[in-house]
Amino acid sequence: MPWFAAAAFCLTVAGLYVGFFMAPTDAQQGDGYRIIFLHVPVSWMSMFIYVVMAFWAAVGLIFNSRLSAMMASALAPTGAMFAFLSLWTGALWGKPMWGTWWVWDARLTSELILLFLYMGFMALQSAIDDQRRADKAGAVLALVGVVNIPVIYFSVQWWNTLHQGASVSLTQAPSMATIMLIGMLLMALAAWMYTIAVALMRVRCIILEREYRTAWVNDLKEIRQ
Amino acid sequence: MKDAFGLSAIYWIVHRELKLTMRRKSDAITPLLFFVIVTSLFPLSVGTDVEMLRRIAPGVLWVTALLATMLSLPRLFEQDYADGTLEQLALSPAPLSAMVVGKVVAYWLMTGLPLALLAPLLALQFYLPTTSILILATTLLIGTPVLALIGSIGASLTLGLRGGGVLVALLVLPLYVPVLIFGTGAVDAAASGLGATANVSLLTAMLLVAGFFSPMATTAALRIALE
Amino acid sequence: MLEVSNLDCVRGERHLFHDVSFLLRSGEGLLITGENGSGKTSLLRMLVGLTPPFAGTINWKTRLIKHLGAEYRRELLYCGHPLGLKDSLSATENLQSIASLVNEPVELSVVQDALERIGLQGSAHMPVRALSQGQKRRVSLARLFLSRRTLWVLDEPLTALDTKASQHVAQAVDRHLDDGGIAVITTHQDMALASPLQTMRIGA
Repeated sequence: MPWFAAAAFCLTVAGLYVGFFMAPTDAQQGDGYRIIFLHVPVSWMSMFIYVVMAFWAAVGLIFNSRLSAMMASALAPTGAMFAFLSLWTGALWGKPMWGTWWVWDARLTSELILLFLYMGFMALQSAIDDQRRADKAGAVLALVGVVNIPVIYFSVQWWNTLHQGASVSLTQAPSMATIMLIGMLLMALAAWMYTIAVALMRVRCIILEREYRTAWVNDLKEIRQ
Repeated sequence: MKDAFGLSAIYWIVHRELKLTMRRKSDAITPLLFFVIVTSLFPLSVGTDVEMLRRIAPGVLWVTALLATMLSLPRLFEQDYADGTLEQLALSPAPLSAMVVGKVVAYWLMTGLPLALLAPLLALQFYLPTTSILILATTLLIGTPVLALIGSIGASLTLGLRGGGVLVALLVLPLYVPVLIFGTGAVDAAASGLGATANVSLLTAMLLVAGFFSPMATTAALRIALE
Repeated sequence: MLEVSNLDCVRGERHLFHDVSFLLRSGEGLLITGENGSGKTSLLRMLVGLTPPFAGTINWKTRLIKHLGAEYRRELLYCGHPLGLKDSLSATENLQSIASLVNEPVELSVVQDALERIGLQGSAHMPVRALSQGQKRRVSLARLFLSRRTLWVLDEPLTALDTKASQHVAQAVDRHLDDGGIAVITTHQDMALASPLQTMRIGA
């Protein structure tokens, strides 16, 4: 676990260095585009974590293994944080580029709904006192959500073309310089490592919380001290 | 059981639910009143400009119908859960998923259907042209069962929890987004001359998919709640 | 034949009972006692298949009840704490409606007879909401006279019942066991049963 944290830290430093000092200034957007090094990996992660979470939830539901349910609930806050960060950095990026904090763009809207889904998951889990029920109910919700994500994304895109016309498009980005790609990949890896580190840390907490009566927990030397 | 799909169980539960509602009519009428009152508040708050009312009408009617459905969602399983009927249903040899389908059908007959039938009347308040009204009613007829199906998942997940009503909203509203988009989109598309067929067929597709998957999720959630 | 082995129950963070095992053959009954919160209801809910056991197995006729599913539920009668009655329906409507769900429709006269046997003449057509606690309990227990199920699982059937009604219930259980049925009952009261029952005390 410390290794993942260390890796996350190193990769972040490297990624930020590449992003801010090595990558050339963009012809159209100036230096403002550099937030992309944070924005894109964070958005990727926010979507990916939901899928991973749903996967663990499904495993927990099918094989009735408590550890995978714990994994799912450990991932949710990180995913929500990434979704929030993605919206936040997107807004910061949008302000200088489009002149507005918020655009009802298909991706932004989907990301917002994704954030709502995370919040629903966490709210449901915290509302249920009985741990086993919380795990299972959360799992059902996560699975329902993951089935819905493509539908939501598709519908938002459809709605967008209907309402919006072509005001702003995020897909205009010209072919990317290699150095920018490297910076972005480094940051994506950093986000990965961070997620793994934080999720494992949180799982450890959850396990200790739930098993605090059992003998093995009380035998841990940290506890006995 | 003679029939594997539990058709008789579905029939039984629809019949029983309707009978129960007839004995407590206020349960069914409250969401409708909510629908009428809230939609009438809109002209009062945004003004009576004909063009604008016409433009916001599909959105207002859809969102209000959605909220009215959601308000009555806790009713779907809460009483059965509290008085132990749900337990007995889960322990009967008839398949629980069939009973879930029956519950949702009965629930839709008592909230969704009246909402869809009432909507054209309220649309007159918003000066909607007749064709738009027809399309609005059609989308509501197809869309409200989807709302009921997805809502049943939320209702079963939050069964017996503190603050269940608000929680249902939090869980279910993001999932309602596609239905809302296609429902209102149909009216807009028709008004702009694009034709509403695509929207309506997408809604129908959603109804089929939701009709297949959501009873499974609801059944699973009910079993979890009964543990 | 109901065979229960090494059942564990964990509720939230509390370990309610541990290693509960018993075997009931045709015509045998089990009386479960224990303090409040010792897990009696949880045990019954496991027996009927609502709660999956934390550890241990429950077999009906040598097969796991989890695998039997509807086949097991068709032989099962469960009277729980919430009575499973609809407030706005009358006693007869409640009983007939439950029976017709499982394709065992019963005649009105049979239902009335059952209600009479448990001492509920006269109020059979009032909505259940208007009845007292004890009367509601009787309506729920009238199912004992209507059912042909093999396994009865009764959670505190005597709560709120007067002496006479308790006797009626005890007689019903006796007859059920004589006919080769099986019964698992939790209770705090003394049940005036003629047939010998195994007893078990759970909890610390």
